[in-house]
Amino acid sequence: MAVLLLAEVNGADISVDQTAKALTAVASLGDVTVLCASAGCGDAAATAATLDGVARVICADDAAYGNGLAEPVADLIASLAGDYDHIVAPATSSAKNILPRVAALLDVMVISDVTAVVDGDTFERPIYAGNAIQTVKSSDAKKVVSIRTAGFDGAGETGSAAVENIAAVANPGLSEWVEDKVQESDRPDLTSAKVVVSGGRGVGSEEDFKIIEALADKLNAAVGASRAAVDSGYAPNDWQVGQTGKVVAPDLYIACGISGAIQHLAGMKDSKVIVAINKDEEAPIFQVADYGLVADLFDAVPALTDAL
Amino acid sequence: MKVIVPVKRVIDYNVKVRVKADGSGVDLANVKMSMNPFDEIAVEEAIRLKEAGKVEEIVAVSIGVKQSQETLRTALAMGADRAILIVASEDVHNDIEPLAVAKLLKAVIDEEKPELVLCGKQAIDNDMNATGQMLSALLGWSQATYASEVALESDSATVTREVDGGLQTIKVKLPAIISVDLRLNEPRYASLPNIMKAKKKPLDEKTAADLGVDVTPRLEIVKTSEPAERAAGVIVSDVAELVAKLKDEAGVI
Ligand SMILES: Cc1cc2nc3c(=O)[nH]c(=O)nc-3n(C[C@H](O)[C@H](O)[C@H](O)COP(=O)(O)OP(=O)(O)OC[C@H]3O[C@@H](n4cnc5c(N)ncnc54)[C@H](O)[C@@H]3O)c2cc1C
Ligand SMILES: Nc1ncnc2c1ncn2[C@@H]1O[C@H](COP(=O)(O)O)[C@@H](O)[C@H]1O
Repeated sequence: MAVLLLAEVNGADISVDQTAKALTAVASLGDVTVLCASAGCGDAAATAATLDGVARVICADDAAYGNGLAEPVADLIASLAGDYDHIVAPATSSAKNILPRVAALLDVMVISDVTAVVDGDTFERPIYAGNAIQTVKSSDAKKVVSIRTAGFDGAGETGSAAVENIAAVANPGLSEWVEDKVQESDRPDLTSAKVVVSGGRGVGSEEDFKIIEALADKLNAAVGASRAAVDSGYAPNDWQVGQTGKVVAPDLYIACGISGAIQHLAGMKDSKVIVAINKDEEAPIFQVADYGLVADLFDAVPALTDAL
Repeated sequence: MKVIVPVKRVIDYNVKVRVKADGSGVDLANVKMSMNPFDEIAVEEAIRLKEAGKVEEIVAVSIGVKQSQETLRTALAMGADRAILIVASEDVHNDIEPLAVAKLLKAVIDEEKPELVLCGKQAIDNDMNATGQMLSALLGWSQATYASEVALESDSATVTREVDGGLQTIKVKLPAIISVDLRLNEPRYASLPNIMKAKKKPLDEKTAADLGVDVTPRLEIVKTSEPAERAAGVIVSDVAELVAKLKDEAGVI
């Protein structure tokens, strides 16, 4: 059986972390071909070729794929689909924009956010914000699957697969890119960080989020936030952790001033060690915390930063 | 311009989900059901576009069991003009897959010929995040998912999308499918007079068979289980104890 893995690529940049973890998840399904589709993605393809277990890399370097627009990328993948039984990608916002479109073009169901591959037809995925785990068996001829990478280790980088360049397919020209607003940061990426420090509504303001960031910097951690903190403008949208934000599973997750709504827990409850700092001892976050500290975060967070 | 808003009846987001002991699914008997929160946002956006004079008619569509009528009445009470119910299942436990939903919506759209579909980014029950993209593929339309800002013109829409790295703005040609994210707007509550008025608004009923769509699932649900439980934690008395535990017991710092 053959697998086509859509790499997480933006121009020359490849998210090795996301791509390598998805690769681990699907390695048992067959020979894996990695597809890099973007503008100027030659370097990304070269990097993808070093991932252990990759049989071959296909590089579709074309302006049409430059900003990950769903329509042209989906058409490209559908044109390649004949050779593969599985079409997979890490469950990033970019891939989740594209894969369902590919599945519909192939008249198959998409299987989103897979947390375990049981066999070539059977997959586990969380439903109801992670309050239940469903095992599904697909009867479709091809499986289109996104992988929730948090639970997988990344493949190594000692390989040397061949890279084949392919031409673009016709661009339907339905949409055009206008701009990206990306926050540049020196901190580790939220989805791959070993430690995450998150703040919620309890932090109270954008200004006061600095104490969360100071603790994060001390621990070389990524910064996360609850939806309430993002909605209130204390933190940017790409910091949101949860059912509709990012799913993280770091070694250590520190939740500060977060109550622990199920939609937030959906994004962090698979962390290895959870610390909760909240002044309300009844807060539901304490039910999932390994270590709970009932305290005012304005005292406890700076004290913790100093103590480290 | 005519807008279609697909709305799904789902378990209320505040309800704690119970997995049935025999692994056959989640217990939906006698639990509170509501409109999918993202779909409320989509309905709200359609109403705001109508209030701004950019949209003439809003048609809400729901697919599922007969009780989805209630969800459609909510959409009508918020401000949708008419509603279409497609009965595709007798049993609340039988969720219609996004591919079948997209095919049914396509059949409705072929008849109704809207210029825009505003749907939710994901249904909070199956968490699939797929229907809008699938529908867009079946129609060959443009798509803009995870919208947090929509500027509608007569032949295009400029949409700001919430993506992993931050925000992306794209311009899509109409007709288009836009799926909405949480920060697009704050949906209104229906007022009592509007709830009364909604009872008189038209609600058409069809079946999946009327539209000639096969809704047989492609994914067989082998089992549904509880997620792994976390072991009970401890409450520490102060920051010093917390640091000590993280160092010596957990070994994470
Ligand atoms: C469809 C849908 C999807 C959603 N998706 C997400 C998601 O992806 N991620 C997400 O996070 N939420 C999500 N939510 C929202 C979620 O339901 C909660 O509303 C949200 O998580 C609450 O954020 P919070 O814990 O920061 O705020 P609150 O619930 O208001 O909690 C604030 C906490 O801070 C504590 N506190 C206040 N002051 C202090 C202080 N000085 N010191 C210490 N503690 C203090 C309080 O005791 C309280 O427990 C979603 C909701 C819906 C309907
Ligand atoms: N049964 C349904 N009836 C009406 N709309 C639906 C239905 N299922 C999905 N949708 C729409 O598609 C969106 C995404 O759902 P999903 O792809 O299931 O996560 C929802 O927010 C709705 O707008």
